[in-house]
Amino acid sequence: MLPTQPYMVNMGPQHPSTHGVLRLRLVLDGETVLDAEPVLGYLHSSKEKLQEEHTYLQTIPITDRMDYLSAMNNNLGCALAIEKLAGIQVPERATYIRVIMSELQRIASHCFAQGTLLQDMGAWGTPLMYFLYEREQILDIFEMVCGARLTYNYIRPGGVSQDLPPEFFPLVRKFLAEFPAQLDDYERYLKDNEILRARTVGIGVFPRELAINASATGPTLRASGVPWDIRKADPYCCYDRLEFEVPVGQRGDCYDRFMMRLYEMRESLSIIHQALELLPPGEWKAPVPLVIRPQPGDAYAHIESPRGELGYYLVSDGGASPWRFHVRAPCFINLTALRDLLVGHKVADVVVIVGSIDIVMGEVDR
Amino acid sequence: MVNQWVATLLAGRVPDWFVALITSTLGAVGILGFVLASNVLGVWMERKVLGRFQIRYGPNRVGPVGLLQTLADAIKVLGKEAITPFGVDRWVYWLAPGVAFLPALLTFAVVPFAPGAALADLDIGLLFVSAVGALGVVPIFMAGWSSNNKYSLIGAMRSIAQTVSYEIPLVLSLVGLVLLGGSLRLSALVEYQLQHGWFLLTQPLAFLIFFIAGSAELNRTPTDIMEGESELVAGYHTEYSGFKFSLFYVAEYTHLFAAAAIITVLFLGGWGTGPVLNLAPAVVWFVAKVYLVVFVFMWVRSTLPRLRIDQLMGFCWKFLIPLALLNIFFTALWVYAALSGPVIAVLNLLLAVALVVLWTQLLAGEEAGSPVPYVARPGG
Repeated sequence: MLPTQPYMVNMGPQHPSTHGVLRLRLVLDGETVLDAEPVLGYLHSSKEKLQEEHTYLQTIPITDRMDYLSAMNNNLGCALAIEKLAGIQVPERATYIRVIMSELQRIASHCFAQGTLLQDMGAWGTPLMYFLYEREQILDIFEMVCGARLTYNYIRPGGVSQDLPPEFFPLVRKFLAEFPAQLDDYERYLKDNEILRARTVGIGVFPRELAINASATGPTLRASGVPWDIRKADPYCCYDRLEFEVPVGQRGDCYDRFMMRLYEMRESLSIIHQALELLPPGEWKAPVPLVIRPQPGDAYAHIESPRGELGYYLVSDGGASPWRFHVRAPCFINLTALRDLLVGHKVADVVVIVGSIDIVMGEVDR
Repeated sequence: MVNQWVATLLAGRVPDWFVALITSTLGAVGILGFVLASNVLGVWMERKVLGRFQIRYGPNRVGPVGLLQTLADAIKVLGKEAITPFGVDRWVYWLAPGVAFLPALLTFAVVPFAPGAALADLDIGLLFVSAVGALGVVPIFMAGWSSNNKYSLIGAMRSIAQTVSYEIPLVLSLVGLVLLGGSLRLSALVEYQLQHGWFLLTQPLAFLIFFIAGSAELNRTPTDIMEGESELVAGYHTEYSGFKFSLFYVAEYTHLFAAAAIITVLFLGGWGTGPVLNLAPAVVWFVAKVYLVVFVFMWVRSTLPRLRIDQLMGFCWKFLIPLALLNIFFTALWVYAALSGPVIAVLNLLLAVALVVLWTQLLAGEEAGSPVPYVARPGG
């Protein structure tokens, strides 16, 4: 044998499949990863500090920019925290609208995650385009409701910014009618795909204990066999009145994480169905002053974002802007155990593992 | 054909070496024209085909149905700055793109486009094809090694491992053809196919192996690990820009068309049309078949994800090579028993299906087993 020595590769921050500007310092022995260290901060834009300079209402658009693939959920979490802090009652209709929107957003976000994961696996473009096609329909719906396609600023403290337009319902029902067939197709093509299974089964196993200790959440945790979902564990909005199941994986590998998202989309569809049925008439926004001045104190609200537990911790000193605005970003915390997942795998697996955790750097670096 | 006409025209009036020079130059220019035109068309076709597979249109702005898009892109690429990164091995770095283009082009020298229309119908055409095809790895390694970039180096090392391995089933799969056809000359193999049926029918397993190994040599998805865009940025040509990059690009498509031409010659009956459709000239049929094969390559590319390096090597050594050897064995058996064409076709077809299924079962035993069922438990 020739004498060999490990060498270091900087993967990123400019790299086609690090989902933004994640930088991984990999130590490789040939193709095998000996050590991996994520280097964060390339997208740091001090969003948390920025929030503390704005009024409570103005914080919502900034949350849009964190997890830009699921801005609705970010809006929702922030709005819930502000409502908790200021003691604002939300009209019934608004909570249902919020659930419908955040579940649509979950489908859109999962579509994107699945597509990019397959792209990382080398399925050049085709699955990504199909998933983007679905996502596009949801974005069209969002555009109709609130005028924006990516950064919505729709869910506000006290409700939502405007009521659902009448054209919304036929469009969503059409989507709900068509999407299950598409999902069936994806499941049929992808679930037992030989190459996909070869690339993901047993790759990047996130053991149950490690996942809990690393406080991973979302599909990443559930794939490891922990049935933990904030929608069930600490229901917010109207999730306690809706019937849905939480898919749970068994091995915690990339394949399980991939399948989790596929199954969750189906559950989301059923949630939207029920919420549309139950949607009550009435006000969609409680009267909330433009400048909210909550009593001194703190509040923590968490929701199940597509990537995991998204928590907002707000501290008020009685002023017009939060004294402290902290975000528990699921992507960031899911990334903490990355080294344990990567070591021992090949370079080609690195992108698959990172892709299967589904990170958005805007949220990781904030 | 033009060559023969020119040769008869010049014969006796000028020295023989001059005739040879003129005719080979004419042929070379013709082939270069075909290759370059195919490159332009091929890039356009790939983008259109991929676009259609991906529920979008593909280029449709520049020229009619986007036909001029490739030219526009070529002009843009040529206008780019030629960057030579710090610390490269300058000579090798500059040489690699040129070397990349050559082997692919050389393959066309022996391809019979129509009866008697090969630039050099060598007696050892098949050997020449496999030898020249194997040369393709040299420029890739030159580029990867000289670029002073770790991604390039990983890509180059992968390409060596992969190409050297896949060279074996590629060549082994052709032995059956030679056993049946009784010649290494490509035009003789085509003539044999026209009389006894295409090798696609009489050697289906060899076709399968050749197609897979060929696509590995071409570094197209699902076996494009040496470029591996999502892993290695762009593999061996990460550090190339401008004209040098475009040469690699051209080389890639030339390889693609060369492989398609070889597959057409060896398995699809070359210029032959079968007994029924003798409407168009032979060369038209040939080119049509080449483009059909290219389309299949694009189809595969747009459909499948990429394999990992170890899986790809395992597939080669555990699957393709044993099957190629078995194919040789059985074909030799049929030839020894002096069976006729249709009988061989039926036997080999059954054999191919049986072997592929059996071997898959055999290999599947090594894997983790059946998928674990998912349970949807209510959480909380």
